[in-house]
Amino acid sequence: MAAVAHADTHVHGHDEAHEHHEPQSFIKKYIFSEDHKVIAKQYLISGIVWALIGGFLSLVFRLQLGYPGIDLGWLKPILGERWFDETGKLDPNYYIALVTMHGTIMVFFVLTAGLSGTFSNFLIPLQIGARDMASGFINMLSYWFFFLSSVIMFCSLFVQDGPAGGGWVVYPPLSALPDAAPGSGTGMTMWLVSMAIFIVSSLLGSINYVTTVINLRTRGMTFDKMPLTIWAFTFTAILGILSFPVLLSAALLLIFDRSFGTSFYLSDIYINGQALPNQGGSPILFQHLFWFLGHPEVYIVILPALGMTSEIIATNARKPIFGYKAMIFSMLGIMFLAFIVWAHHMFMTGMNPFLGSVFTLLTLIIAVPSAVKAFNYITTLWRGNIIFTPAMLFSIGLVSFFVSGGVTGIILGNSALDIQLHDTYFVVAHFHLVMGSAAFFGMVAGVYHWFPKMFGRMMNSTLGYIHFWITFAGVYLVFFPQHYLGIAGFPRRYYAYTGFDFTNKYQDLAQLSTIAAIVVFAANIIFLYNFFYSIFWGKKAPQNPWKSNTLEWTTPINVGHGNWVGEIPAVYRWPYDYSKPGAADDFIPQNVPFSATSESNFPYENELISEEKEIEGIKFDYSIPD
Amino acid sequence: MTLLIVALAIVFIVLTVLVISKTQTLLKGVKGETEQNDDVVDSANNINAVGLFIFWILSIIGMVWSFLHAKKDFLMAFGDIPSASSVHGKETDFWFWFGMAVVTVSFVIVNSVLFYFPLKYRYNKNRKAHFYPHNNTLEIVWTLVPAVIMAGLVFTGLRVWNKVMSDAPKDAEIIEIMGKQFGWQVRYGGVENGKLGNYNYKLIDDAAGNEFGLDFTDENSFDDFTNSSELHIPKGKPVLLKIRARDVLHSVFIPHMRVKMDAVPGMPTKFWFIADKSTADMKAELGNPDFKYEIACTEVCGRSHFAMRLILVVDEPADYEKWKKEQKSLLASNPDFLEKVPASLKAKAMKYFPTEASSDTTTASAISSLPTVTSLK
Repeated sequence: MAAVAHADTHVHGHDEAHEHHEPQSFIKKYIFSEDHKVIAKQYLISGIVWALIGGFLSLVFRLQLGYPGIDLGWLKPILGERWFDETGKLDPNYYIALVTMHGTIMVFFVLTAGLSGTFSNFLIPLQIGARDMASGFINMLSYWFFFLSSVIMFCSLFVQDGPAGGGWVVYPPLSALPDAAPGSGTGMTMWLVSMAIFIVSSLLGSINYVTTVINLRTRGMTFDKMPLTIWAFTFTAILGILSFPVLLSAALLLIFDRSFGTSFYLSDIYINGQALPNQGGSPILFQHLFWFLGHPEVYIVILPALGMTSEIIATNARKPIFGYKAMIFSMLGIMFLAFIVWAHHMFMTGMNPFLGSVFTLLTLIIAVPSAVKAFNYITTLWRGNIIFTPAMLFSIGLVSFFVSGGVTGIILGNSALDIQLHDTYFVVAHFHLVMGSAAFFGMVAGVYHWFPKMFGRMMNSTLGYIHFWITFAGVYLVFFPQHYLGIAGFPRRYYAYTGFDFTNKYQDLAQLSTIAAIVVFAANIIFLYNFFYSIFWGKKAPQNPWKSNTLEWTTPINVGHGNWVGEIPAVYRWPYDYSKPGAADDFIPQNVPFSATSESNFPYENELISEEKEIEGIKFDYSIPD
Repeated sequence: MTLLIVALAIVFIVLTVLVISKTQTLLKGVKGETEQNDDVVDSANNINAVGLFIFWILSIIGMVWSFLHAKKDFLMAFGDIPSASSVHGKETDFWFWFGMAVVTVSFVIVNSVLFYFPLKYRYNKNRKAHFYPHNNTLEIVWTLVPAVIMAGLVFTGLRVWNKVMSDAPKDAEIIEIMGKQFGWQVRYGGVENGKLGNYNYKLIDDAAGNEFGLDFTDENSFDDFTNSSELHIPKGKPVLLKIRARDVLHSVFIPHMRVKMDAVPGMPTKFWFIADKSTADMKAELGNPDFKYEIACTEVCGRSHFAMRLILVVDEPADYEKWKKEQKSLLASNPDFLEKVPASLKAKAMKYFPTEASSDTTTASAISSLPTVTSLK
């Protein structure tokens, strides 16, 4: 039918394939697939692999921090001989490389690609009622660019001088001068190339998401009826489109400085016994460019998680999400403000103190929409009828982390207090809770919730509960004590804290963090087992396992290419009609017309019945006029 | 090794749990799936609901206990922790704890509600959730309340920030601190004219001992003296640190003074403060004769980032002046630098050499070599 959605009229033959479900070759179906669901799974599996690597790297440096000088020689076969001395002690250069790669992997490869890539791809067409993404081909390219970037980043872990080592922010001049550290050599080149390709992938994906949401919504799916997940993914994609190019330019200029003798970021440098000719550049320029992406990036990471949480909490509390419009506007506010708070990462760089004042003001404003979101989640729970599925537990965990980590942002965003706390463990504790763990919990919640749709089977909920409880308590045990280290002035990214009198303490807390981190990692092995086992042998999923309102649950249990067999359902109502007074069931899916629910309609909804014919009659013309 | 055993033990415990739960599921499967398809609520629902609330109670206990346990080593003044050693640091600490009080209250309230509702409103098949999509009054209230609190925090914060970041008083003691891989170096304007001489990074020559790139054609540099192990500052007098780096980014962090500022190659930065407790005062206050103020680096700068330690010594003003007088200028410590001094300033430069040295042949040869130096330029 005409509802098949493609902007390009030349792919008409492809449209037919949706209808007939012609068998595809293995390669076309599972590898170079243009099906958004397969691409989503590719992102998910890649994200899981990266999460394991990133988590593993963090365990290595956590062991060093908890037990300075511990014998890690048993890692030589994996990480390379040269990073451990004869007693098995970790090399300080490699320590920084580990920290750098952990940050890069977690922020970009797990929480950007693994989270947005998976769920934007999977849910956008399913929840707005589209056959696929606007461009399946660009979507496929997006994944394979990401894959290429992953391969390069992964290989960089094993080059002679080790991977990039300058912190995930790769500030020049350190990152620009191979003489300054081994981690600024080949590893950094590969980091930059990998990130450049990553950005291309991210842009291809984001443009596709926005285009799809704007153009391919099904009949009746007006913007005010879109699930909050879709709103969140759209805002995330817009953030990415506007900010990632700036990181690309920052990276390109850095590549120029490194390889072609330019001086964008370099000036007045004496290193390795000689003065460099570069003059007039500014390292601070890089920081401005980097954080112009870097700050929106934290919202790129957290917004999809918040969007999915909205959906999961409403479904499992059996209640409409409280303040649907307020949620949209607060996300809009967060998105807008995200672009004008970046310099709060730079209070102590020596930039003009007046800028510090401006950015303090803007930064603390962003706390308001964030607070509104937290309050709305909690009010959604109020007088609900709450079902604690693993997804729901992880969502509640997310809200808790978002609050616990968010409040310390109010302290750090205050430039006067940031003087002392900048680059201390207080910052580490803050962002690991509010962004890292919260987004991670959102991702896991999403997996538990949409697993039945992805694989047609259920995950084991008992293992899900165990996974939740260990991870939830573990994450707090890892990061909560780090606030204390911050208040005691412990700087970040230190290989050991024994060299200073003021940091030569709290070894017990460092050990607690380390042990808790190991336990959390182990708990996620349970998740992995549950995930892969359930793909093949999980209990068969029912049509709508969580009794949810959104459109994806109207598709067949094992969704084929093209998503719906026959016509795509039209949408008549918002996605949060849970426990509506008068209704027989405690949920009314979006595709149920008001004319079928006269017992529960509000007066203004009865008036909408007359529009139903109109909605059903909508014919979309997807051809683009030449 | 113990750690490995602990880690392995944990892994095994986890695996055990896994196996047990797996067995249970299998057993359940054998018994046959009743009602499961119809009702997503399993028997664990109540356990999870109660668990969340118990978790929160335990968390509060854990937080209070760990706070009491950890607070003896805090730096930010709290209880019997000594107050900051700088004038502005006392304000930093006050507003830090003020802010912490505000956020702790909101943290506790919000989390308490978040963990109580699951307990109170856990699933009950005889109850229906309350359809409550929005309430404008409520939403306006909880937009405005945080906004007002934020405004208050911004206002107080910026007042402190503007004060700390204001221009240094005219009479401030100016000291340069330079970061390099891996250590801090400090330079004083000297006792003769007190001004720091010019520098140029192209003049840096570690082999010759000119690590600062001091420009000896500027007469202000003649009496400059440097130090790479200690920074001395006077108590009770404004000190203006002129901060720079010569290779990569570093960041000067004086934890006890609540001072931090990045050191940036090519872009000198600054920070001024008044230390109001001398090293001796702190030794007495802490009852620790080994106490030392320390300066650390807080911007990752490479391998030995974690070991860029410089001792800060806060002296009584008289001791400080006395110490300064005892220091030998960089020029005087290395007669080779004399070659860089232009002829017109030679006489001034000679003042910094002990008189016995100036009367013998060393100086004569230095002067006679002058034309060569000029011709080289």
